[in-house]
Amino acid sequence: MLEALLVMALGAVVLGAALGYAAVRFRVEGDPLVEKIDAILPQTQCGQCGFPGCKPYATAIAKGEAEINQCPPGGEEGIHKLADLLGREFKPLSAEHGIEKPKSVAVIDEQACIGCTLCIQACPVDAIVGAAKQMHTIVAKQCTGCELCLPPCPVDCISMQPIGESVESWKWKYPVFKINPTQREAA
Amino acid sequence: MTALQRLFKFNGGVKPAYNKEASTGLPIAVAPTPTLLVIPLHQSIGGPPRPLVKAGERVLKGQRIGDADGNVSSAVHASTSGTVVAVEMRLMPHTSGLSAMCVVIEPDGRNEWIPRQPFDFRSASPAASRDFLRDAGVVGLGGAVFPSHLKLNAGKQGKLDVLVLNGAECEPFITCDDVLMRERPEEIIKGAVIMREMLSAGEVLIGIEDNKPAAIAAMEIAARAANRVAGANVYKVGSVPTRYPAGGAKQLIRVLTGIEVPHGERSTDYGVQCFNVGTAYAIHEAIELGQPLISRIVTVAGNVGQARNYEVLFGTPMKDLVALCAPLPDSDRLIMGGPMMGFRMPGDDVPVVKATNCVLVGSTALFPPPPPEMPCIRCGECAKACPADLQPFEMYWFSRAKIFGKAQEYNLFDCIECGCCAYVCPSRIPLVDYYRFAKSEIWAREVEKEAADVARDRYEFRLLREEREKQEKAAKLAAKTAAGREKAAAALAEAAKPAATPEEDAKKALIAAALERARTEKARVHPENTADLTPEQQAEVTAIEARRAEIREMAKPHLRPDD
Ligand code: SF4
Ligand code: SF4
Ligand code: SF4
Repeated sequence: MLEALLVMALGAVVLGAALGYAAVRFRVEGDPLVEKIDAILPQTQCGQCGFPGCKPYATAIAKGEAEINQCPPGGEEGIHKLADLLGREFKPLSAEHGIEKPKSVAVIDEQACIGCTLCIQACPVDAIVGAAKQMHTIVAKQCTGCELCLPPCPVDCISMQPIGESVESWKWKYPVFKINPTQREAA
Repeated sequence: MTALQRLFKFNGGVKPAYNKEASTGLPIAVAPTPTLLVIPLHQSIGGPPRPLVKAGERVLKGQRIGDADGNVSSAVHASTSGTVVAVEMRLMPHTSGLSAMCVVIEPDGRNEWIPRQPFDFRSASPAASRDFLRDAGVVGLGGAVFPSHLKLNAGKQGKLDVLVLNGAECEPFITCDDVLMRERPEEIIKGAVIMREMLSAGEVLIGIEDNKPAAIAAMEIAARAANRVAGANVYKVGSVPTRYPAGGAKQLIRVLTGIEVPHGERSTDYGVQCFNVGTAYAIHEAIELGQPLISRIVTVAGNVGQARNYEVLFGTPMKDLVALCAPLPDSDRLIMGGPMMGFRMPGDDVPVVKATNCVLVGSTALFPPPPPEMPCIRCGECAKACPADLQPFEMYWFSRAKIFGKAQEYNLFDCIECGCCAYVCPSRIPLVDYYRFAKSEIWAREVEKEAADVARDRYEFRLLREEREKQEKAAKLAAKTAAGREKAAAALAEAAKPAATPEEDAKKALIAAALERARTEKARVHPENTADLTPEQQAEVTAIEARRAEIREMAKPHLRPDD
C-alpha cells in the first residue's frame, strides 16, 4: 500500500512532463481569458452550446456574448467553475441547450455499416477510422461522446454506449454516515 | 556483528494490539490446489495485461497467460497445469465489488511445469534483466504490487547507496513476511544479492521490527554468510522498534538511514530504494530457478480456529483458503490486508492475488461498527500521530468540503493511508475514508483533463487540416478556370487573327508581353492567407504553384494579346 505513493509521484511527474511538452508544442497565441475558459470546457466539441466548438463558445463567453450555462457536457460542475473564474452568478444548466448525460462513447455496428464515410466527416476529433466502402470503426479512447456522427449515418448503425465503471476508474464514495441505529442495521 | 548500531526515529505512529502470535505457531503450509483457479489478468499497478490464452487451451504451470501491456505493466502466469475453461469477467478482490477479466483454469492435478531455466542476469544487460522480471510477473509483495522491474533501475547516477529490505511488517495480524524470514532466509538474501548487483547498491539494510526475534536471528545468520561471500560487511540486519507503521517505506528508510525524504519526492533521489522481503524471495525464484511468480505466502487470521500462513497459488478462492483455518460461525466478512489498511472484500469467492498478504476473517464482535462521527475539535491528535508529518485535520477539512486543490496543498498525496490519525481521533472521524475519496476524485479529474487536452489538440488539428484542404481545393479550381479562360481566349484570338494587320500584331505582341509580365509579377505576390505557413503547407503550396506554372506554359503558345 505504501508504495502507492511512489506510483502517484511517478504518475504526477510523467503527466506533468507530458502536459508541459504539450503546452509548449501546441501553444496557441491568444487571449488568456479565452484560454482559461477553454480549459474549463470539456472539449467534447459537440456544438450543443450553439457555437461550432468549445473554443468559439469560450470566445463568446469572454466577450460577454454568451451565458455560462450553455454547455451540457460540462454540467453543473463546469458552470460552477466558470462562475468562479469569471465572478459571475451560478445559473442552472439552460434546458434549451440540453441535459447532462453520463459520459458515453459512440459504437458502430460493424455488420450494418455501409462504409459511406459520412460519420468520418462529422467527427470533430477524427476518432473514426475507415475508408470509402469499408467498414468503419470508432477509436473509443478518442471519442468525446459528442453524438455528431449519429444524424449523418444513413443506416442508423451508430449508437451511444455509456462508459461503465471499471475497477481502474472506480472512485471512493463520499463518506456517508449512518445517523441512527435503525439505519445502521440496514446498512 | 551484522546488526546496525545506530537507529533513527520517525514521528508519530501508534501501537495497536498486534495479534500476531496466533498465526506464527505453525510453519508455512502449502494450500491445496482448488478445483477452479480464477486468475485476474490485472494484478499489478500499470496497464492490464493482454490475455494470451483462449478457453479450451491447455496450459502448463508457470505458462504466461497475460502479457505485460507496455513497460508499466507485469505479466501473469498459470498457477498450475490444466485447461482454460473461460476468459471472462469475474468478481475482483476489490472494495468496489466490480468485475474484471480473469482466466479461469481447471487444474489437471499433474502440476506440470513449463521448462524452467535460470536467467544469467550477470551477463545480460540491465534492460534485459528488467524485461525478464517483467515477464516473470514479479511485483512488490508488500501490498502495493508495483512492478519490481521498474524499481530495479539504478537511475541517473547509475548506482544506489542503500538498498532497504522491508521486513518490518507492522500491521496487526499479518505474519507472512515473519514466517518467510524464519523459514527461507537464505533465499531472501539470494534475492537481495541479485537486487544489489542490478542496482549497484552499496549496502543492504534489512529492517525487521523487534517483536520478531526469530526472524531477526534467522536473517542475521543468512546475512553473515552473504557477507563472507561478499568479503565485506554489506548485508546488515536492523532491529527496529515496534511501532505502527514502521513498515511504511519512508518511515523504515528514515529509521534505518536517518534520511528524511521530503514531501512529494522519491527515495531514489536520495540514493535509497526499498523492497519487501517477499519481493526479494520472488526475484530469487524468478532469476535463479526460472519460476515466475505464481504463488505467495498469505496469512489467514482473525475470527478463525487456527490462524496460519499458507503458500497459496494465485487464483485460489479466498473461501477455500479460509476453510482450512476453521472460521468461527459468527464470521461475516473477509478483509484483504490488515485491520488498519486492509480492504473489505465484496464476497468470499474472490481469488487470492499478488496483493493478498493476508486474508483477515472478521465478525461484528472482532471489529465492532465504528461509533458515530463527531465534529472535529481541532485537537491536533491526528497530526501528532501522523507518521508522514502531515496535518490530517486540514486535509480532512478540505476533502470533506471537496476543496481538492487545498487538500493537495496540504500534501494529500503523501498520505500513506496508514490510519493512525483515524485511530487516535477522539471524534472518531473516519479520516482515511475522506482521503481516499479526495484522492480518487483528484485522479479522475486528472484523467478527464488529460482526455480534454487530447480532444482539444485533435480538434485543432482537424480545423487546420480542413483549412488546408479548402485552400488546396480553391487553388485547383483557380488553376482550372484560369486554364479554361486562357483556352477560350486563344480560340477567340484565332478567330480574330486574319483581320489584324502585321503592324497591329506587333503592337499587340508588345502589350501581351507586358500583360504577361504583370501577371507573373502578380502571381509572385503572396495572397494574405498563405502567410505563416508550416513547412508542409509551404511544400504543398509550392507544388500547386508548380502545377499552375505548367498549365500556363502549356497555354502560352496560343496566347493572344486580346485577352
Ligand atoms: S456544449 Fe459542446 S461544443 Fe459547446 S462548450 Fe460544451 S462541449 Fe464544447
Ligand atoms: S484528532 Fe480528530 S478531532 Fe482532533 S484535530 Fe484531528 S480530526 Fe480533529
Ligand atoms: S492516514 Fe495519512 S494523514 Fe492519517 S496518519 Fe496516516 S499518513 Fe497521516
